Amino acid sequence: MTVAAAPLSGAVAAPDALPVLSVEGLTVSVRTEHGLRPLVRDLSFHVNRGETLAIAGESGSGKSLTSLAIMGLLPFPAVRATAGRIRLGATDLTALPEAQMRRIRGDRIAMIFQEPMSSLNPVLTIGTQLIEAICAHQDVSPSAAQTAALAALTSVRLSHPKRRMAQYPHELSGGMRQRVMIAMALALRPEVLIADEPTTALDVTVQREVLDLLRDLQRDLGTAIILITHDMGVVAEMADRVIVMKSGAMVEQAPVGSLFKAPAKAYTRDLLAAVPRMGQRIERPEPTTAPPVARLQDVIVRFPLKGGLFGRTVQQVHAVEKVSFDIRRGETFALVGESGCGKSTIAKAMVGLVPHQGSITLAGQTLSGLNRDQMKAVRRRVQMVFQDPMAALNPRKTAGDLIAEPLLIHDIGTPDDRRNAAADLMRRVGLSNDQLDRYPHEFSGGQRQRICIARALALKPDLIIADESVSALDVSVQARVLNLLRELQQELGLAYLFISHDMAVVDNISDRVAVMYLGQIVEMGSRAQVFSNPQHPYTQRLIEAVPVPDPAHIRPPGVRLSGDIPSPLYPAGSGPAPVVLQDIGGGHLVAQSWTR
Amino acid sequence: MADTTADLNPRPKSALRRLMQRKLALFGLALIAVVVAGAVFAPWIAPFAPQEQHFDGLTLEGAPLPPDARFILGTDLLGRDLFSRILYGAQTSLVIGVVANSLALTIGTLVGLTAGFFRGWIGAVLMRFTDLMMAFPALLLAICLAAIFKPSLWIVALVIALVNWVQAARVIYTETTSLVERDFIAAERTLGAGTGRILFHHILPHLVPTIIVWGTLGISTTVLLEATLSFLGVGVQPPTPSWGNIIFENQTYFQAAPWLVFLPGAAIILLALAFNLVGDALRDVLDPTQRGRD
Repeated sequence: MTVAAAPLSGAVAAPDALPVLSVEGLTVSVRTEHGLRPLVRDLSFHVNRGETLAIAGESGSGKSLTSLAIMGLLPFPAVRATAGRIRLGATDLTALPEAQMRRIRGDRIAMIFQEPMSSLNPVLTIGTQLIEAICAHQDVSPSAAQTAALAALTSVRLSHPKRRMAQYPHELSGGMRQRVMIAMALALRPEVLIADEPTTALDVTVQREVLDLLRDLQRDLGTAIILITHDMGVVAEMADRVIVMKSGAMVEQAPVGSLFKAPAKAYTRDLLAAVPRMGQRIERPEPTTAPPVARLQDVIVRFPLKGGLFGRTVQQVHAVEKVSFDIRRGETFALVGESGCGKSTIAKAMVGLVPHQGSITLAGQTLSGLNRDQMKAVRRRVQMVFQDPMAALNPRKTAGDLIAEPLLIHDIGTPDDRRNAAADLMRRVGLSNDQLDRYPHEFSGGQRQRICIARALALKPDLIIADESVSALDVSVQARVLNLLRELQQELGLAYLFISHDMAVVDNISDRVAVMYLGQIVEMGSRAQVFSNPQHPYTQRLIEAVPVPDPAHIRPPGVRLSGDIPSPLYPAGSGPAPVVLQDIGGGHLVAQSWTR
Repeated sequence: MADTTADLNPRPKSALRRLMQRKLALFGLALIAVVVAGAVFAPWIAPFAPQEQHFDGLTLEGAPLPPDARFILGTDLLGRDLFSRILYGAQTSLVIGVVANSLALTIGTLVGLTAGFFRGWIGAVLMRFTDLMMAFPALLLAICLAAIFKPSLWIVALVIALVNWVQAARVIYTETTSLVERDFIAAERTLGAGTGRILFHHILPHLVPTIIVWGTLGISTTVLLEATLSFLGVGVQPPTPSWGNIIFENQTYFQAAPWLVFLPGAAIILLALAFNLVGDALRDVLDPTQRGRD
C-alpha cells in the first residue's frame, strides 16, 4: 500500500469486537400532507472493522435512504430520521449538530456514489479536488496534501497518476472516474466507507476491476464497507454479511454463505430465483432454417467530427465497421458488448435514426434508396423498445394514446377501433384496461416497459429491436418482462434483436449471439457456441467478468484486467484494421487472428 | 416486488374545473375581468372625456390637483381627470399587452421550434437572424419601423411584436433542441411519424409551460415598451391615453404629484400580476404529471 503517506486522522483503531458503526431502530420518514410517512422502518444493524456489509434490495426498498441517513445527508426538512440512533464508535451521529457532522463526513465516514461524473466537479482538476478534500480535514501543508493525493491516486491503480492530477473529470473514462472517487474517499482513511451502487453505471469488465480494487484496499486498510446494491452477483462476491431490504424494512440478515445457500424468507428466495444466471436456460430447438427478416451486409456508421476553418471532416468516430449478420424469423439474436462498442448504433441505423453505408435489408426491402412512403411501410415491420421506458414515453400522453399512436400514424382503423386495439394490447402485455387513461408517471418501471412493448406490438411487426430494454429494471421485474417477451415470441413468431451488456440475461434469452468490440463483430455463433466455447479473448473476458451470484464460486485466477477500451476515433482517411471472421465449425464465427 | 399499480386516484376533473379550484388563479382572473370591464365600459364609467382639460383642474400655480371628490384620482399636468385617462388607457394597454405579446410569442415559437427541430442550415439561418435582431438596439428598430408606418394602436402592437419575439425564439430554440434528443421523439420517429406530427403533437405540448411563462412575463415588458415609444413620440399618439404614456407625460411632476406616476404604474403591475397568477396556475393544470398533486 502506498497511501501510508497520509497520516492517520481521526481513525481510532477500534478493537475488532466492537462495531465501528451501529444503527438501532432507525426510522426515516417523509413529510406529506397526511402527516409523516415512514420510508425506512425500525432498521437495526452494525458493521465491524474490516467487514463488508451488503444492503441489497430493489428500487424503493430504502437502501439508499439508509446510507444518506448515516451520512446525515437526508433531504431535510422533507425527509428526516424520526427515530433511532446511529453510532459511529462512541459518537452518536443522530444527535450531532451539522457543524460537527461535517467534520466527520469524509474524514471518518466516506461515501462513493453510482455516477462518478456527477460527483466530481467538472471545472476543477482531479488533483485540486483531491487536495481540497484532504485539506478540509487535515491541517497539512499544500505540498504534503499534494503528496498524499498522489499516493491516493497511485493506490487505486490509476495509470499515470501524476498526469491524472492535472486532468479534468471529462478527460477520464467512467471506470477511471470511479477510481478517483474511491481515492478521494479513502485518502483520509475513513473507518466506514459507504458505496452506493458503486459499479452499476460501469461496464462489466470495469466493474470487475473496481470490485477487485475495493476488496484489496479494504484488506490493506481495514475499512468497514457498507455496500449498497441491487446486484446479487456483486453481493455474493463482496459481502461478508447481507441485509435484504424490502419497502423500507429489513427482510433478512445473514452471513453471505447461508443467505445464498438457505434463504430464510420467501422474499429472499424469490429475489435470488429471479437473478439471471449464466448457463441456466432451458434449451429449445433452434429455428435455423427460417428465412431472415433482417439482413445486414457490411454496414458502416461513422460520425464525422468537423474542424478547421472550412469545417472539413478531420476525424471520424468509427461507430460501426462492416458489420454483417442475419436475423431469422422467430429467433432472438443478441448483440453484446460494452458501452461505446456500437451495438446501439446498429439498432439506430436499422430504424433509420442514423445514416449508414452498406446494405440493411428489412422485410425484403433494402433501406437505402427507399422513398418516404416506402420507408414508412418498412417501419411497420420493425419496431423498437428503448432502455428507459420513462424517457421513451411522452409524459403528456395517456397509455391508451401512446399504444394507439402507431395505428394513428399509419392511419389504421377508426378512433374506436384504435382504442379497442390499445385495450387488447394492454391486456396482452399484462396490464388492465382501466389503466388506459393513465399517464406514464402513474405506472411503475416494469409496467412502463410493458406499455412500450405494447406500442411496439401495435403494428404487428416481424422484428422487435430491444435496446437494453430490461437493463433499467429490477431483477424480479426484469425476469417477468423477459418471460413476456418469450411468450410473445412463441405466440406471434416474432424475431428479436436483443441488445445488452448483461451476459447473464443474453445467455438466458438468446438463440444466437454476436459479440461486438470497437464497432466490429469479433465473435458470432449460437448461444451454446459462444458461451460454452468462447474463442475470442474479449468474449472470454466479458464472460469471466460477470459477477456470479454464488459466494462459493471461486474465480479462476486470471490476469488482472486493466486498461480501458481504446477510442473508436480515427483521423479522416484512416480506420481500424478490418476484422475477418472465420468459421471454426457449425457457423461459429471468430475473428481470424484469434482462431487456432 | 410486484408491478404494483401506482396509487389509484379518482378520475381527474377537467382542466377548467381544476383551474377554478385555485384561489390565486381566481383572484388573477377577477383582476383581469376588472381591467377588461374598465376598458370596455370606459365611455360609460368615466366621469369625463379623457382629453378634456379642466380649467379648474389645476391649482392657481398650475400644479396638478390631488385626489378629491370631483377628480377622484386627481388631475394630470394638463388638468385632465386621471381616473378617466386610466380607464381609457386600459384599452390601449390591454391591446398592446395581449395582442402584441401573443404575436411576439407566436413568431418566437415558430422560429425557435423550426430552428431547434431542423437545425442544419435552416436552423443556422434562423438563429443567426435572431442573434442579429438581438444585437440590434430594439428601440432604434422600433423607431425605424414606427417612422415607416403611420403610428396607430395596431401598428404599434405590430412594431412591438416584431421587436419582442427574439427572446422567446431563443428560449424555445434551446428547449426544442433538448426535446428533440429525448427518447420519446426517437421512439416516435421509429414508429414512422411525420415531421408535422412530431412537431405539433409531441414537442409543442412540452413547450407550453415555457410559452406561458414568457407570455405572462411579456405583458409588463410590452406595456412599458409601448410607453417608451409613446414617450419618444412614435407610440400611441397623444392625446390618446395609455398607461405607459400617462407615466411618461407626468414624470416631471413625480415629486410634487406622486399619484400621477404611482397610480398608472400600479395598474401595470396589477395587470402583469394577474396574468402571472393565471399563467402559473394554467401551467400546472395543463401538466398531466402534476395531476393529483393539487
